[in-house]
Amino acid sequence: MGRFQGGIPLQPLVAHLRSAVTVLGRYPALAGVDLDVAEGEVVLLTGPNGAGKTTLLRLLAGLAPLTGGHAEVLGHDLRQDRRAVRRHVAVLGHETFCYEDLTVRENLRFHARAAGGSVESADAAIERVGLIRSADTPHRLLSAGQRRRLALGVVATRPARLLLLDEPHAGLDAAGRVVLDDLIGAAGAEGVTVVMASHELERARPLATREVAMAGGYAASGVLDHEPRPARSRTTGALV
Amino acid sequence: MRRFAGSVLLVAGKDLRIEGRSRVTTNQVLPFAGLVLLLFAFALDPDRGLLPRVAPGLFWVAVLLAALLAVSRAFAVEAENGARDGLRLSVLDPAAVYLGKAAGVAAQLVALEAVLAAGLFVLYDVDAHQVWLLALSAGLATAGLAAAGSVYGALAAGLRVRETLLPLLLLPVVAPVMLGATRAWEAALNGVPSDAWPWVQVMAAFAVMYTALGVIAFGPLLEES
Amino acid sequence: MKETATTRTWLTPVLGVLALGSLAVLAVLGLWVAPPDAVQGDAQRLMYVHVPTATLAYVAFGVTSLASALYLWRRTRAPRWDRLAASSAELGVVFTGLTLVLGMLWGRPVWGVYWTWDARLVSTAVLFFLYLGYLALRRVIVDPDARARRCAVAALVAFADIPIVHYSVEWWRSLHQDSTLLPGGRLDPEISGDMLVALLWGMVAFALTYAYLLVRRCRLAAMEEGLEQRVLDVAVAERRAEAAPVAAPVATPVPAPVTGGGRA
Repeated sequence: MGRFQGGIPLQPLVAHLRSAVTVLGRYPALAGVDLDVAEGEVVLLTGPNGAGKTTLLRLLAGLAPLTGGHAEVLGHDLRQDRRAVRRHVAVLGHETFCYEDLTVRENLRFHARAAGGSVESADAAIERVGLIRSADTPHRLLSAGQRRRLALGVVATRPARLLLLDEPHAGLDAAGRVVLDDLIGAAGAEGVTVVMASHELERARPLATREVAMAGGYAASGVLDHEPRPARSRTTGALV
Repeated sequence: MRRFAGSVLLVAGKDLRIEGRSRVTTNQVLPFAGLVLLLFAFALDPDRGLLPRVAPGLFWVAVLLAALLAVSRAFAVEAENGARDGLRLSVLDPAAVYLGKAAGVAAQLVALEAVLAAGLFVLYDVDAHQVWLLALSAGLATAGLAAAGSVYGALAAGLRVRETLLPLLLLPVVAPVMLGATRAWEAALNGVPSDAWPWVQVMAAFAVMYTALGVIAFGPLLEES
Repeated sequence: MKETATTRTWLTPVLGVLALGSLAVLAVLGLWVAPPDAVQGDAQRLMYVHVPTATLAYVAFGVTSLASALYLWRRTRAPRWDRLAASSAELGVVFTGLTLVLGMLWGRPVWGVYWTWDARLVSTAVLFFLYLGYLALRRVIVDPDARARRCAVAALVAFADIPIVHYSVEWWRSLHQDSTLLPGGRLDPEISGDMLVALLWGMVAFALTYAYLLVRRCRLAAMEEGLEQRVLDVAVAERRAEAAPVAAPVATPVPAPVTGGGRA
């Protein structure tokens, strides 16, 4: 890690994918992705539905299998040691990873402890994503917007080095988006790398330091052959 | 080691808390098992004194059917909202997740057996003898059912046809438990506890073996997408 | 790469001829050479096929377990072990089914009933369902890697159950010995001479048949996998083709800063 084709010394690579193929069932969701992500970058994945953005994020998270090619994330070969990657990533997906019959607080406490954290970090996350008033509401009674916030809360409970966000702005109201942008901003400030997929470019672009366009399970411009742009000031562009 | 035990308790506690909220076992599985006991009386003429004699077998068939539902439920919970991915992203040892899930199932089965046994003594006119032996063999049988059930629950998890596949996979495997528990209970109720020992040993061996298999195999089962 | 459109290998004609020949010899040995049994009469002749199918069923499940273990062990993990496990399990189920049917056919004249709760019949029936479940599991998992892994676990877990089933059923029946068994109605009466020859020959003949079918089935599985791989390659290529519009700087609603051009 830390070396690449241009030979320019840069920050160490967090992700290094070459011809990565992921087959789900019999469908090649990823058909040979080349992608480099350097530490501290905020990479925005763009592309139409079905381009493979979600699968790429899941591959980076160590959740989707690597069927072909080469992939290293956080220094771990995904073919050998997916579990080692998983504990250092936080994933914001379409789902909350939470149990229907447990309350917001119970779900977050479970996730915090399961991620090796403390109960306090769960309570802090509740506050951070603004779910204090519905902290004792079971998941099945939450509105769609509250669920998105809960999913954000799960991300906030995890001590992650790589943040993987799938359509993070979808389903969030204005206040929720502020919380999200704040979270991404804080991650950037701590040197946490972010890869996100989004259709809402006007929201996502100001947060990103680099864009990678995807289509047909393939990233056209994923390889770093130049130094990534310095991180923009995230606070100016981020807030509504 | 302490962290491992903590993880087991975390998962088991989570499952039992979910059960406490959703009451699926109490409100659905338990009445179902009670209904099975009732239906046996329809199938076997209750006036001919047959029921007390075959009571142990009927009891364990009812428990077995209930266990299928309990295992099914325990793994359906992980299919909600991608919770399985949540578990995979955690730092929990897969072996601890397995033991936690098995412990959760076992705890629910024990409660269910206690209520069902009471029903058995009332409905089938059975006199309780050798309660310690009844409890011991029930405990071992429950451990075996929960251990094997959790392995097969994970094997069938996420498949389209898991509701129909799970019984086919699990029932032949737990046949020895069914056999052992029934014979041990017969021996206890007939007042000849010495007859129960081979069965207690079979059930203990089964429980230990499947717990060990589950601890080893759960990692690969949780691993694949 | 050599095209393979047949499950034939250099081994199959040899094994096929040997299997067929030895089965023919077995028919002669079992039907004419071996004398009728003193107690059971001609019905006992079923033993020359019944015992070999039962033995081969266990061998087949043993092979399945070994192959599954080899698949699960990281250092020997290869798709061929999965194919071997699946093929052998299929044959094992066929042999177990044959054993049950032959046992019942034998039981009718000797015991007077098709089915009796004989320990061996019961544990064979449980075995049959154990692996029927395994085959059912194989059919419903789509992803090849997931299928191989889950089924390898399932095979080992089922195999571990065999001794427990066997002993518990044995105890169960010995504690409650039924009167349905006629005198001499065991499956292992005293045998000697021509009978023993026929029985051992039966083992050899069925072992050859098993080997022949196994080789063919494994080849078929390999070909299926090759076909799947090709379909997948086509699918990957088609998927790549979807990417073409992105490479070209056309006016799309997403004016992404494309720098890479086509596939490097």
